[in-house]
Amino acid sequence: MAFQSILSGNQVREHPEEHASTMPSFFIDLNLDQVIDAITATKPEYNLKPFFYTPLHDTVTIQYRHEVFLDLENQRIADIIREFARRMRLNREQHAQIEKLHYPLQKQFWFLDAVEIYCEALHELEQKLGYGNPKSKGLRSFLEYLRNYLASEPFTAVEAAVKGLKYDLAGIKYCMVIKDNSVQVRKAGTEEDYSSEVEETFSKFKDGAVKDYTVKYPDHPDMNHVEAKVLEFVSQLFPEIYTGMDLFCTGNIAYMDPMIRDFDREIQFYIAYLEFIETFRSNGLAFCYPQMSEDSREISDKETYDLALANKYRNQLTSILTNDFYLRDKERIIVVSGPNQGGKTTFARMFGQLHYLASLGCPVPGKEARLFLSDNLFTHFEKEENIQDLRGKLEDDLIRINDILDRATSKSIIIINEILISTTLKDAVFLSKKIMDRLIHLDLLCVWVTFIEELSTFDKKTISMVSTIVPENPVQRTFKIVRMPANGLSFARAIAEKHHLTYESLKKRIGS
Amino acid sequence: MKALLMHKDRDFDLRQPLPWNEAALTQDLELNTLFNAMARGDEFIFSVVRSAVLNGMGLDRETIRYRQDILRDCLESPSIAREIYDLILETLESKKKSTWFIFSMKYPDSILHTSLDVMSIYMTMLKKLRDYLTDTGKLRSEGFRGLSAMLNRELDDEYLAKVEAHLKELKFRNGTLISANLGKGGKGVGLLLRKSGEKRLPWYRFLFPRKKQAFTYYVHPRDVNGSKALQELNGSGINSVANSLAQSVDHIENFILNMKAEMAFYIGCLNLQEKLSETGELTGFPDPEEPDLHKHHFKGLYDVCLSLSLTLNRKVVGNDLEATGKNLVIITGANQGGKSTFLRSIGLAQLMMQCGMFVPADSFSANLCSSVITHYKREEDTEMNSGKLDEELTRMSEITDHLKQDSLVLFNESFAATNEREGSEIARQIITALTETRLKIFFVTHLYEFAHGMYDKKNKDHLFLRAERQPDGSRTFRLSAGNPLQTSFGEDLYSKIFHNS
Repeated sequence: MAFQSILSGNQVREHPEEHASTMPSFFIDLNLDQVIDAITATKPEYNLKPFFYTPLHDTVTIQYRHEVFLDLENQRIADIIREFARRMRLNREQHAQIEKLHYPLQKQFWFLDAVEIYCEALHELEQKLGYGNPKSKGLRSFLEYLRNYLASEPFTAVEAAVKGLKYDLAGIKYCMVIKDNSVQVRKAGTEEDYSSEVEETFSKFKDGAVKDYTVKYPDHPDMNHVEAKVLEFVSQLFPEIYTGMDLFCTGNIAYMDPMIRDFDREIQFYIAYLEFIETFRSNGLAFCYPQMSEDSREISDKETYDLALANKYRNQLTSILTNDFYLRDKERIIVVSGPNQGGKTTFARMFGQLHYLASLGCPVPGKEARLFLSDNLFTHFEKEENIQDLRGKLEDDLIRINDILDRATSKSIIIINEILISTTLKDAVFLSKKIMDRLIHLDLLCVWVTFIEELSTFDKKTISMVSTIVPENPVQRTFKIVRMPANGLSFARAIAEKHHLTYESLKKRIGS
Repeated sequence: MKALLMHKDRDFDLRQPLPWNEAALTQDLELNTLFNAMARGDEFIFSVVRSAVLNGMGLDRETIRYRQDILRDCLESPSIAREIYDLILETLESKKKSTWFIFSMKYPDSILHTSLDVMSIYMTMLKKLRDYLTDTGKLRSEGFRGLSAMLNRELDDEYLAKVEAHLKELKFRNGTLISANLGKGGKGVGLLLRKSGEKRLPWYRFLFPRKKQAFTYYVHPRDVNGSKALQELNGSGINSVANSLAQSVDHIENFILNMKAEMAFYIGCLNLQEKLSETGELTGFPDPEEPDLHKHHFKGLYDVCLSLSLTLNRKVVGNDLEATGKNLVIITGANQGGKSTFLRSIGLAQLMMQCGMFVPADSFSANLCSSVITHYKREEDTEMNSGKLDEELTRMSEITDHLKQDSLVLFNESFAATNEREGSEIARQIITALTETRLKIFFVTHLYEFAHGMYDKKNKDHLFLRAERQPDGSRTFRLSAGNPLQTSFGEDLYSKIFHNS
């Protein structure tokens, strides 16, 4: 099959405009905006964000991307791509410079270099990638495309012309005599090097390092009019070479292949992601390729974590705790409860991030993941603002959740974090149960962080997970969330012990 | 090119880091008194002698004798030594004058012109020094003879003429000739200064000179940017030659500055010698022994700092010692009986010997030490006694971290910041441990239990000295061998002071 795009092989070629230009609405709640910002931060030139804003909806394309990722996890292949990218960037900088230049002769020199860089970049890519022996459909078919292109007539003609001109220019050598306010230019003769003769005479005094007195002239790519004049004289001394250059430049303005240009940008989707996750991997935080399903909701992951949090604490990654979860049979809804220490929200975010990143075809945090390919992801997180306006807030909560429930299908995922806290407990329990009824009826996947523990035993589709604190290590950034029945007492006791305020501790402190 | 007046094979390094305990040494041995007498108010000499004295440890006997010989030359012909030093100072002064205007580092041509001027000043000076050393004939030491030979070898007349020719050529009366290639974007690169006139022209060129095609551009006199551009182009061409000339100037200047530092050491010694001879104090060249021989033998050693600080023209009391084979000398006895002065004279003489100086003694011989370390009672924080002992032990622990084999360690009233029993026990444990390694220790103490306990061991490697006291209670400031006595005669002081009031 002919090569289409490194991002989606067997489909009709995606055009850049088919990628979303704004982030999905749940990005902020899940802190995915931070993650994607961090991933793309070092590569603004490629405008990669639209790729990360556009989830896939079929497992075939996800598989296609997994294969490309796996190829690029081979450092040899990744380095080949990085080197190619470096040369293509050089080519772009070359063109950017041409726009700024003044003298036509000079522009021609830069154009010639740009084309040379392009040709060399492609040859090297073809050769090295061939040795690299990629396994993915994506890279294999790209390589085939590249080989055909390099053998094609327009490319070989351009290349031959560049080489000839470069050879001629390298042979030019000239002399200047600067005296008072004049400069004379002529072809170089056999005059001797005077600097080295002077250096030689004084070399006996050399002892140890001294200051460098070489004046550093700013390396302007542009020319001043004296330099331009010198170049003009040189072109008059060597007229035949200059005629050839003129012909070449006007004849090859559109030398670059659009398919190559797109590949250079799109492959960076993979490189950027792999470079980003390398820090975490080298600190023992695992990534894995999730097994994706479009129907089974028996999901699970081991030793997974909140990627945004890990990114925030990337200098102290040992403080990141990992969590496991799984759902079996008819289980659909994870109800997370426990003390207010931050671990629950992190768990909810993590669950959403996992599914979203998996839907991009990316490896995800964890050791062994089975995840569900949803048609849509919804989040409803407690908003901090407007806390005074309690009635308005409750109403707003309900409107938002209702809107979500209307749009969700059985293939959607919903993440609810601490809603309905702005009303009485009685109201909250009542409303929560109503919402739970609808969730169960929809039969969709859901994580619900709540203080209302009875929700965890609501139905056989709900399971309970509970955050636990680690008294001996209160600086731990995250908390273990374990699958177990909710039991408020044990948390209260753990917190009390941490502060030495249990009954026994108090007795000892007061008693002695 | 190296002057080699401090080491046979390398320059004296003024920037060599001082020993870790430089502050304590300076304070405890009152080194600044010594340095000031040597410097006579000259900051540079002060810094040189400070570095030389404090960093003398580690020199071998050969180097010490090498310096002693040069110093002997200087002591015998002080005016020649001072004349050489003055020539160096004058040269550096006139260089300063010729570059008083802003030495612009932005333009190669200004770098080149300044360098040409300074180079010619330095060449004149080196020639003068060369001829002076050759003509005087009075300096017989290996060091001075080596310097003279080196100058005659490196800077013969033929070489000096060649330098002069370059200095003239580099003024570029006929313009600068620069070759170039086409680089990135058609700009000239690889700019290289060429010597005018082609080499090896084939004979037929002389008969049929080929007219070379050439184009000339004249920058309009009012075209400011154009002249700037032309100057830059010229600058790029002479950049490398300007750099190498400026660097050569720096190299020669380093040579001169090094020689200045090395001579400054001997000038400092001369100054000290002259000052001491005013009060009739004698000095002599010591006899250094290898480190592994525990040798310490001297006659008439006095505390040079005490002598320098006495305002009356009075000679200070010298001491004799025969402590060969001893690794521990414990000094007890009367307060103000000369114990601290004695201890300081031991440290000072060691430092002076090891850097190649003379010592304040009739005769002096000792083994070389790898370092001199002092542990003195400090006067500060008198109220907080526990904190004081803590501070002392902290310093002791620091010393332990730096202790090397063959160090000389001087203790003055150490570990006395607690009661005598505890202090003695601490001192006993520390000193016993230290004497079991290859060190030499001098310990001035009032800790009777400690001193007596060590005395009772009857170890032949230990020596006990006592500050003398006449039967009438007056002091001789001399030390002599003797077992520790229980009292330090503090009551004498008490009665003396309170008797007078």
